Amino acid sequence: MASIERKFTLHVPSSTENLALIREFVTAVGTQAGFTDDEVARLELAVDEACTNVIEHAYGHDITKEVVVRANFDNEELRIDVVDTGRGFNPLALPQPSLEQLVAERRSGGLGMQVIKRIMDQVSYEMIPGQKNELHMVKRIGR
Amino acid sequence: MAKPFNVRVERGQPDEVSVLALEGFVDAHTAPEFERAIQAEVDAGRVRLVVNCRELTYISSAGLGVFMGFVEEVRERGGDIKICGLVPKVQQVFELLGFHKIYELVDDCPAAVRRFAERPSKEARRGLD
Repeated sequence: MASIERKFTLHVPSSTENLALIREFVTAVGTQAGFTDDEVARLELAVDEACTNVIEHAYGHDITKEVVVRANFDNEELRIDVVDTGRGFNPLALPQPSLEQLVAERRSGGLGMQVIKRIMDQVSYEMIPGQKNELHMVKRIGR
Repeated sequence: MAKPFNVRVERGQPDEVSVLALEGFVDAHTAPEFERAIQAEVDAGRVRLVVNCRELTYISSAGLGVFMGFVEEVRERGGDIKICGLVPKVQQVFELLGFHKIYELVDDCPAAVRRFAERPSKEARRGLD
């Protein structure tokens, strides 16, 4: 059977208030792509973490900015991109302290990228200076 | 629209245990409210904390960060944070990040309260083993 690619895009103002809306979008797309409920729950979390990074760090809570979540899937995989035009930084290059270290240092952050990497099959970051930043995430279907 | 997150604090437990019952979701938007509730208990000298997650529908690393930020302090002061009643969807997030190795996760909430009489903190338990 030919594989048909389906594409979806969500644009929301950069506010943590919209994380719930972003999760609903991911749940709807993930379900349609054929993931199990547990897999959909993990996808929802990975995209929440990516968007939280953008809202808090790339945009510094500036609600006039826009977070874009693009999703597309075929029979093989779901690809989700989180796009922003804020301060570019490669989250994949940040140090990844262990949970024990974070607890010992009484830190409340630093787990977001680890969550994304544990959930998704591929994660990459693309920065076009002065234009946009994109975090690309891929999850294979049915494996 | 229903409030996305609520935390109810019950102090009338034995052994000066405070139970914080979470309802709804804890993400980067609602985590500050959870943090304020724990901070208020710690500021009041109440460091034996049970977090009841039976009505918690979702948690992201922002919510887990609240647990991370306080556990050392409460253990140093002779208390602990014990977590009870996780629904499977939320439990998988705790396990994904290895929280089950650092926190005591208990199914039954009254049992979590009683654990303070038996095992005040996970650190203390390690010392006894």
